[in-house]
Amino acid sequence: MGELIQYITDPANTFADHTRDTIVLCLVPIVLSLLIALPLGVLVARQPVAAFLATNVSGLVRAIPTFAVLMVMLLLLKQIGFTPSAIALTALGVPPILLNMIAGLRGVDPAAIDAARGMGMTRPQVLARVELPLVLPVAAAGVRSAAVQIVATVPLAALIGGGGYGEYILNGLSNEANAIDLFVGAVSVALLALLTEAIFAIVQRAVTPAGLRAGLQAADAAIGPTDIEAPREKAA
Amino acid sequence: MATIEFVDVTKTYPGALRPAVDRVSFTVPEGAICMLLGTSGSGKTTLLRMVNRLIDPTSGAILIDGTPTTQRDPITLRRGIGYVIQQVGLFPHMTIAENVRVVPSILGRPASEMAARVDELLELVGLEPGEYRGRYPRQLSGGQQQRVGLARALAADPSVLLMDEPFGALDAITRERMQEELLRIQRGVRKTILFVSHDVGEALKLGDQIVVMSEGRLIQQGTPVELLAHPADDFVRRLIGGNDSILRQFEYLPVTTALEPGTGEADASDEALAADATLLHALLRMMQSGQSALRIERDGATIGHVSLASISRQVQAGSASTGAPVTAQ
Repeated sequence: MGELIQYITDPANTFADHTRDTIVLCLVPIVLSLLIALPLGVLVARQPVAAFLATNVSGLVRAIPTFAVLMVMLLLLKQIGFTPSAIALTALGVPPILLNMIAGLRGVDPAAIDAARGMGMTRPQVLARVELPLVLPVAAAGVRSAAVQIVATVPLAALIGGGGYGEYILNGLSNEANAIDLFVGAVSVALLALLTEAIFAIVQRAVTPAGLRAGLQAADAAIGPTDIEAPREKAA
Repeated sequence: MATIEFVDVTKTYPGALRPAVDRVSFTVPEGAICMLLGTSGSGKTTLLRMVNRLIDPTSGAILIDGTPTTQRDPITLRRGIGYVIQQVGLFPHMTIAENVRVVPSILGRPASEMAARVDELLELVGLEPGEYRGRYPRQLSGGQQQRVGLARALAADPSVLLMDEPFGALDAITRERMQEELLRIQRGVRKTILFVSHDVGEALKLGDQIVVMSEGRLIQQGTPVELLAHPADDFVRRLIGGNDSILRQFEYLPVTTALEPGTGEADASDEALAADATLLHALLRMMQSGQSALRIERDGATIGHVSLASISRQVQAGSASTGAPVTAQ
């Protein structure tokens, strides 16, 4: 433990810089994934062909190992470092958000949309007032799983010079004498992944409208009156 | 207040063999409840959805107060027309109050101005505002949700109300109660209501007039009494009565249809029956009192009498009638 603290606090190991690099390398792909997947989901969800394509391409992309994507980016961009790493991680983050956006939007009660249109909402109003508030919790679940995946994968980026905790791990793997590097890198990434999971769980809860939260139904059973009084005399 | 006029309205969906709505013409007078009655696939919902331009007619026109709907911007048009559907379609993420004021809110009215109006509307539909305005749709029963649906449709005070089988998903007891509530509310608000139903009892009970549709065509238009007394053809006769035709007439025909002048054999000292009572009421009263004739009153004045014989003549005439159908143009 003492060794660990010593390692982290040793200026030569630049732990703070590595932490910052890791967080930036996670945040940028998460934000990019959001910027791509949210509008794309809105665009394709109501187009059967586009939604079908998006769903299946997303599934395919998820099946490709991130390691391969990193290498492809390296070859395509002919450079190492932050940019190819961020792009590869973004490719990892888009599918879960996009899939949830499509599933969420298609899951919005058609009656609510019919009512919204029938009472004179414009298409953007239907989207902003009805569809998005209802799809937000589902999209947030997608963002949560995308974020955790990105954080868990971020050490691989060190392979193409993306920096961050991955450098410790590579160091540790390259030389038995550097086992402490490996340990610090692995534990830091694991902790960051847990923290991410916790933060996005809170975000997901926060964007879930009160009317949709679990537990509401239970409250109803306790206090909710019905239109018909149960014929108690008969039952007795 | 508004009249709705359908002129040769036709809708053919792409690829369909026959029109979903085929040259339908009729007029709904101001403040009336017009029931669109028919089996599924008869085109009644298509006809309804053309009024607020959720569907546009292939040919023909729908005029509201003389103005063709196609000359109006669909969004503006819809904001002036109340819309109630079977699945209710409340917005689950909004409170009941937010649901009710949604149309005024898209019209730009701030929520603070709407508070009193929301409470008034909730009271109108029989929901205690203090108890319900802060709740969410999922906390309400089906019948309560449709009450909110009705309040939401009335919020911007539209002159026209479109209702697409609004009580179709409710249990029989709740449905009946909601029908009575609608009649009570309508007495106060006097909207021009177009109401789609496949339930004959509902149509006879609620309708000032009934439009019977089949396979996209208008088969007959008339008041419940006209339809019961003079069904245009076998389809209408089967739809309206079938084997229960006589029972339906007892249930829905007012005593005035069997009215004869004077007091006849009715005992003038006996309690009179009100003119809006049905033949069934009259029969029950006769059985209870052992009389064979009853005096009929309107506003406290005797307007005539009914007897077993006059009721029997009326009902037999209705069941056997083939002539003088009241068809639309």
